[in-house]
Amino acid sequence: MWRYILRRLAQAVLVIFGVLLLVFVIMQLTGDPASLMLPPDSPAEDIQRVRIMYGLDRPLYVQFVRFLFGDIGTREAGRTVRTFASGGGWLEVPVKPRGGVIRGDFGESLRYREQPALGVVLERFPRSLELMAAAFLYAVLLSLVFGLLCALRPATLLDQGIRVLAILGQSMPSFWLGLLLILVFAVWLGWLPAMGSGTWWHLVMPAITLGSLSLARNTRLVRSGMLDVLNEDYVRTARAKGLTERLVVAKHALKNTAIPLVTLWGLDVGVLFGGAVITESIFAWPGTGRLVIESVTRRDFPVVQAAVFFIALIFVLVNLVVDLVYGWLDPRVRVGR
Amino acid sequence: MGELWHSLRRGKAACLGAAILLVMVLSAVLAPVVAPHDPLQAEITKRLRPPVWREKGAAENLLGSDQLGRDVLSRTIYGSRVSLMVGIIAVLISGILGVVLGMVSAFQGGRLDALIMRIADVQLAFPFILLAIAVVAVVGGGLLNVILILGVTGWVSYARVVRSQVLSVKEKEYVEAARALGSRSLVLIFRQILPNVMTPVIVLATFNVASYMVAEASLTFLGLGVQPAIPSWGIMLADGREYMRAGWWMAVFPGLALMLTVLSINLVGDWLREYLDPRLRHTE
Repeated sequence: MWRYILRRLAQAVLVIFGVLLLVFVIMQLTGDPASLMLPPDSPAEDIQRVRIMYGLDRPLYVQFVRFLFGDIGTREAGRTVRTFASGGGWLEVPVKPRGGVIRGDFGESLRYREQPALGVVLERFPRSLELMAAAFLYAVLLSLVFGLLCALRPATLLDQGIRVLAILGQSMPSFWLGLLLILVFAVWLGWLPAMGSGTWWHLVMPAITLGSLSLARNTRLVRSGMLDVLNEDYVRTARAKGLTERLVVAKHALKNTAIPLVTLWGLDVGVLFGGAVITESIFAWPGTGRLVIESVTRRDFPVVQAAVFFIALIFVLVNLVVDLVYGWLDPRVRVGR
Repeated sequence: MGELWHSLRRGKAACLGAAILLVMVLSAVLAPVVAPHDPLQAEITKRLRPPVWREKGAAENLLGSDQLGRDVLSRTIYGSRVSLMVGIIAVLISGILGVVLGMVSAFQGGRLDALIMRIADVQLAFPFILLAIAVVAVVGGGLLNVILILGVTGWVSYARVVRSQVLSVKEKEYVEAARALGSRSLVLIFRQILPNVMTPVIVLATFNVASYMVAEASLTFLGLGVQPAIPSWGIMLADGREYMRAGWWMAVFPGLALMLTVLSINLVGDWLREYLDPRLRHTE
C-alpha cells in the first residue's frame, strides 16, 4: 500500500509541476506582460522600468525559476538595474522581490492594485465551495435515490420515466438549463431570486444548474451498477438466507455499487469546477468561476494564472484522495498497477 | 450496410436520434433555402415579436423576432451551421492528433511514451472548459480560434484509448503473422492495427461532437467564442438572457435546438457503441 501511495504522490507532484509550466507558458503567450500593467501608449521608458522591476528582462528560464521559487538562492532581490532615462543620464531601477509560487505568490492583481493575485482568488473561493457543495449533494443524493428506484423496479413506467429524464439531463447544456430556471422561477413565477447570493434561496437555482449534468450521469450509473450487483451470487445468497429485501439492498448491494462511484464522484469535482465558471456567470454568483471570466475579459492575467493553478491543484488533490481511497477499498487496484 | 440499417431500425431511441440529427444536418446544409429570412437582416419595427401562436405574433416570424427585429427561426437554422461545423472540425483535429500521438506512444514506448502520457495527465488536471477559457484569454476568441482550441485540447482521450488498444492489438497473432510475413511497419499499422483500434475512437468522436458543440456555445455565451456578427446559438442565448422578461423566445428556441442536436448525437452514439462493440454494453 505504501508503494502505491508514494507512486501516486510522485505522479501528483509531477502533474502539478506540469500545470505550473503550462500556466507560465500561457502567461508568456500573452505578449509583453509589462505593457498590460501600464496604460496604453505609455512611453518606452516606463515599459522598460516595469520590465526591470518585475524581472521580465531576464531570460525565460530565470523567470520560470523565479516564478516557482521566488528569490530563494538567487541574487535577484534588492538588485538595482541602471537604464537610460529619457531626459538623459541614468535611472536606477530596483528589482521587486518575488515570493514565488512555492510561497503562494503569483504577483499582484492588475485590476485590484496592490492585492496579491492568489489572495483575490482565495477570497472568492468559499462562495464557490458553498455552491459546489450544494450541487454535489443534490447530484449525489438524488442520483442514489433515482438510481435505486430504477434498479429495484426495472422496466416499469417509473424506471423508464427516470431514464428518459436522465438522457435529457445529459443532453441539456447547463447554461440553458440555468436560463430556463430563471425564466420560470424568477421571471414568470417570481418565487426565487434570479441573481446574486446571500440567502439559501439564492443557492437553489445555481445548485440545480450546476449539479444536473452529474445527477443525470450518476443516475444512469447507479442504476446499471445496482442492476449488475443485484444479479451477483452473494446477493442471491443473502436473499436465500432469508434477509429482508431492505437489508439485502442496504448492506450487500449498495456497498458494492458504491465502490466504482467513488471514482466518479472525484471526476464530478472537475465537472463542477468547470461548470461553476459558467453557472456563476449566469447567476452573478461571486465565486472563483466568475472571477476567472471577469479576469479574462479584463486581462488580469496574474489572477487568471492563480485561479487556473488553484483549481487544477484542488482537482489533482481530490483525484489523488479518490485514487487512494479506491486503492484502499479495492486491493486489486494497488496490486494490479 | 444492410445489417447496420436493420440494427438502427430496431432501436427506437437511436432511430429518433438519427431522424433529429438528419433534420439538423439538412437544415444546416440547406440553410439558405429553408430559412425564411436573412439571419442578419434587422427590422427595428418588428423587434421583439412573439412566436406566431402568441398574441401579437405574426406568420412572418414563426418563432418570433429578437431585439433588432431579426427572425429567430432563421437565426436558429443558420446557427446550426456554426455548431455542427465547430463540432465536426474540432473532433477531426483532436481525433487525428490523438490517434497519431496514441500510436506513437504505443509503438515507440520508453521516454517518448512517458512524456506523451505525462502531458496527457497534466492536461487532464484542468477541467476542459477552464483550459479552453485560459487559452482563449491569451489567443483571443473567434470562430477559427475556438475550433483550434477545442481541437488541440481534446486529443487526450483519443490518445489514451488508442494507446491501450494498440498495446493489446500489437501482440495479437494476426499482427505477429503479418510481421513474420514481412509486412513493412506502415503497412502493418494501416492494414492490421488501425482498423482494429478505430471502434472506440469512432464512438468517442461521436460523443465529442456533442460536447464540443456545447463547449463552443458555452464559450460564445460567455463572450469568449464566436464573434457576435455570426449567427450562432451561443450568441442568441447570450442576447436572449438580456431580454428574458420581454422576449423569452429569444433564449428558449436556440437552446432547444442545441439540446435536441446534442440529444440526437448522444442517442446515436449510445446505439453506435452497442452496435460496434457489444462487449461495451454495460460500460459508461
